[in-house]
Amino acid sequence: MLIWLILIPVIASALIGFLHTPGRATALVSSLLTSLLGIGSIVALSLGADGECLTHIGDLPIALTLYLPLSKPMLLLTVLVTLAAVLGLKAPDAAAERSWSISTLLISAGATGAFLADNVVAFFAFHELALIPTFVMIGMYGRGERRTIAWRMTLYLGLASMVLLAGLLLLYMQMGTTRFLEMRVMAAMGRMPVSTCLTAGLLLVGFGTLVSLFPFHSWAAPAYASAPTPIAMMHAGVLKKFGLYGLILVTCIFGPSCDEFFGCWTNLLLLLLLGNVLWVGCVTIAQSRLDTMLGNSSVMHMGYIFLGIAAFVTSGATNALAYQGAGMLMLAHGLSIALLFLLSGQIERRTGTLEFCALGGLAHKQPLLGFFFGLAGLASIGLPLLANFVGEFSIFVSCFTGWEPGATSPSFCCGWLNSLAKMLGGLGPVQLTLVFALWGLVISAIYMLRAIRRIFAGAPTAVCERATLPLSFAEICSAALLSAVLLLLGIAPGILA
Amino acid sequence: MMQNLPWLFLVLPLAAAAVDWLLLARSPRAAAGVSIASALVTLALCIAYLCGMQTGAPAAYAWFPAQGFDLNLGLLMDALSMKMMLVVTGIGALVHIFSLGYMKGDPSNLSRYFAGLSIFMFSMSCIVLADSLVLTFIGWEMVGFSSYLLIGHWYHKDAAADAAKKAFITNRVGDFGFLIGILLTLGIFGSLHYADMAGHMKVAAGSPVLTAAMLCLFCGAVGKSAQFPLHVWLPDAMEGPTPVSALIHAATMVAAGVYMLVRLQVSMGLDAFTDTACCVIAGIGAITALLSALMAAQQDDIKRVLAYSTLSQLGYMIMAVGLLAGEAAMFHLYTHAWFKALLFLAAGAIIVRCHHEQYIWNMGGLRKKMPLTVLCFLSGTCALVAVPGFSGFFSKESILEAAWERSLPLFILGIIVAAFTTFYMVRLCLVAFCGKARTHEAEQAHEPGFTMLAPLFVLAILSIISGYGFVADQLVPYAEFHAESAEWSATLFAGLGALIVGGGLAWLIYGRPASLAAKSDPLGANRFSRVLRQRLYIDAFYDRVLVGGVQYWFSCLVSCVDDGIIRRLIGQGLGLLTAWAGHLLGRIQDGSLRGYTMMTALGVLILMLILIILF
Repeated sequence: MLIWLILIPVIASALIGFLHTPGRATALVSSLLTSLLGIGSIVALSLGADGECLTHIGDLPIALTLYLPLSKPMLLLTVLVTLAAVLGLKAPDAAAERSWSISTLLISAGATGAFLADNVVAFFAFHELALIPTFVMIGMYGRGERRTIAWRMTLYLGLASMVLLAGLLLLYMQMGTTRFLEMRVMAAMGRMPVSTCLTAGLLLVGFGTLVSLFPFHSWAAPAYASAPTPIAMMHAGVLKKFGLYGLILVTCIFGPSCDEFFGCWTNLLLLLLLGNVLWVGCVTIAQSRLDTMLGNSSVMHMGYIFLGIAAFVTSGATNALAYQGAGMLMLAHGLSIALLFLLSGQIERRTGTLEFCALGGLAHKQPLLGFFFGLAGLASIGLPLLANFVGEFSIFVSCFTGWEPGATSPSFCCGWLNSLAKMLGGLGPVQLTLVFALWGLVISAIYMLRAIRRIFAGAPTAVCERATLPLSFAEICSAALLSAVLLLLGIAPGILA
Repeated sequence: MMQNLPWLFLVLPLAAAAVDWLLLARSPRAAAGVSIASALVTLALCIAYLCGMQTGAPAAYAWFPAQGFDLNLGLLMDALSMKMMLVVTGIGALVHIFSLGYMKGDPSNLSRYFAGLSIFMFSMSCIVLADSLVLTFIGWEMVGFSSYLLIGHWYHKDAAADAAKKAFITNRVGDFGFLIGILLTLGIFGSLHYADMAGHMKVAAGSPVLTAAMLCLFCGAVGKSAQFPLHVWLPDAMEGPTPVSALIHAATMVAAGVYMLVRLQVSMGLDAFTDTACCVIAGIGAITALLSALMAAQQDDIKRVLAYSTLSQLGYMIMAVGLLAGEAAMFHLYTHAWFKALLFLAAGAIIVRCHHEQYIWNMGGLRKKMPLTVLCFLSGTCALVAVPGFSGFFSKESILEAAWERSLPLFILGIIVAAFTTFYMVRLCLVAFCGKARTHEAEQAHEPGFTMLAPLFVLAILSIISGYGFVADQLVPYAEFHAESAEWSATLFAGLGALIVGGGLAWLIYGRPASLAAKSDPLGANRFSRVLRQRLYIDAFYDRVLVGGVQYWFSCLVSCVDDGIIRRLIGQGLGLLTAWAGHLLGRIQDGSLRGYTMMTALGVLILMLILIILF
């Protein structure tokens, strides 16, 4: 059954491409079907059905499975964001509508494949499949210097994929199997790659660049700002989670020995994720356009998920709270950033601009838009009752669950860090990183509330005075879908566990 | 089923907010009805619990189960929390009713307003009833959000929108510390549940990590209870509708910091509060009390005077917490809630009847125009300035007594603050109520309607009687509270002295006929007064130096470096690398047959070499 999650969007895009069926309608049918199928199979799995599906393409076994860690929430994320993106899709003309729909569907198919593949090769190949439409769409339909931006993104992500492929191949060669679930068994029996440091390093750089880990983040914000709305939603919301998913997958494969596997890199990762949270956070504050601000904020929030992964790794993959928190935050961030990009597209369609200085008082003319934007914005800065809070808070707590004051004496490279850590009862690297990363809560509040203030509050400016086109039913549905899931997961996150 | 009934305290207001927002967005009357009903039912439920009809905590909600460490949410039902709930739901219900009259005819979306009130009731109940720091933190953030929502209710006004943003961000700064404190607590006590803390301290009493943890937790209170140096958001929050100021920014939410600290003292034990931590807490409280009393003395906006006075009274409470007199702090919290809510609501009635005039030098003579309202305001004032016999007298006395026993400097500070309190309140009353009406609006003022007067009467009665033993012993949110009868002691004399000095000074300056007719403060030209009017330049410092200077320039600098150096270095580096590799590899394929033959031969040679070396 699971193979249909990939086949349906591929068939639908073939229909649109070759038979010129109406783009959005076909895509809508396809994404509705995949949503039903995806949610159905997750529910069926929790009721005890089999969550595996083995298909052979030639000699290559393409196993799709829901037994991998986090493949369920990621599948949920993919189908929901795809549905919302297709629902809210508004292209300038019919040709654009067709190509946007095809790209959205292909990205969705690729992402689904990558999240469900129990096979190193398929895992990698599906992700590449999903990346291609992203480049093409930015290059063809992007805003601003679209060529430059598309090329830069291609360079970053292409080279990252190359590094990642090297890492995955090393992993495969040293573990002796292509299947992740088998690798886990092998690792549990004590098999460990010989060149751990190299393999882990390649994987970290490869996955990290795909998730815009500092300092490999410069491709992300301009690309999201430039991409057509559904593409930005799919990439920032869904596809970017591939790297995080991969890191968690590898961590789970090595189980208790994952600390040893990533050993020589965890401290560097901690340092770099602070770059994401604090450095990129400051960059976000300095933005004067909504789209680049959202792009940068998405880069910034990756830092917290990396922190969850770091806490998970250093605990030897035993810290269930870190793992679940990271999964929850991946899902929540995907939903909220997709919603924000969706709304930013709707704002631009009505006002013709995303410059903060031109906008103001939009809530008078578009109260519903203001409501959704407020909800999405506050979700993304971690307001309780919304899903992101659950993820962030669990990650924060998970960093301290195994910690006891005075158990270790801190040994950091510089003196003032040592004295700070000692004053706080002997913090370890993860805990100390968290203490710094928490300042990101203030940073994110500053930029998000300022955006809300500048766009929606105050007296209406000239462009906002003219923005009277009401939200269409489809637009409301697509925003309401994502908002409702954010709320549901925020109030009852237990349903995911 | 019955056992889980207390969850209604949370579910009812949340459901009311959802219904108001989603279903009744276009029918404000129905929305108001739903919110008021939810507030009244929770009040009734609370009274029922206090009368002992129900006992026992409800089952915890497995919020986010993770193997090994579950995040559970549960409710704690003890004297501290349930009596605090009475204050919250009581004032909440009165403010809901008052809002009906106050917001009548307001062009803004009233469904949104009542939804905001309901969501506030939900959030505040979370804080009060929380059985662990997890739920406390959830409520903590949510009250911040509802406060943001309600301060910015008239979001088309720039001042309101800015004030809402400022309140949220300032609170987030406090929450930064609060979260670190929560996590350190988890390390020190091994649990976030209040019930599991006592006796499980894993470090020695007085160790530095305890001090650090307590001070970090205190940061949360500094933000929420608007203590120096994060006090700047509260006066600005007065941009919100006045009933909101009464409920959130005077009686309940801003007292949450005090409540949280007292809750920690009760559950962790007083050992956890090290001497250094207590010193800092009491010191910050005293400084806030003094500075804001000074600033209140020269404000010209009726709501701002009250706002600074709230800051100052919160300072007293925090000082009491720092002096390890949680009982006194909660006593003052409780009396203050009633009389300050009364003052704000009465001020709201005055503002509405003066056609939204808040500048006191445009009022005057109101005691003849709206005598009942002014009488209510005066009874609140008497409680605030601690006139013997009024509720505030008893609670302030107990704080001063605690200070007298433990620290003389703090006691003297407390007395000075008391004198200033009397000064600014007498000034306010003289200017606004005595003399003749200064403007046409004040001339036309008349008594408000029943929905506004009724809550005022209830609160006026409470602000008189709530300090006496027979009421206080039952209602003060503290386990086994006993109000002590006033004795002829040094503190009493000092307090009375402060009352007379402060009141007399204000009478001398503002009671003169010239002042009663003046259109602005006769002291306004004074240099000291200017400094006070400029709020000691603290806000200006934050705005110009921290926000406009450090934050702006730093983020610009970082952004430039990010774009100019990191992107160039890595992005263009990658580009150059690819181009260079392409160039190099392209040169090999130059189309010359000789070159290709050479390469092939070289390749074969290398392959052979490898094979020979390997095998």
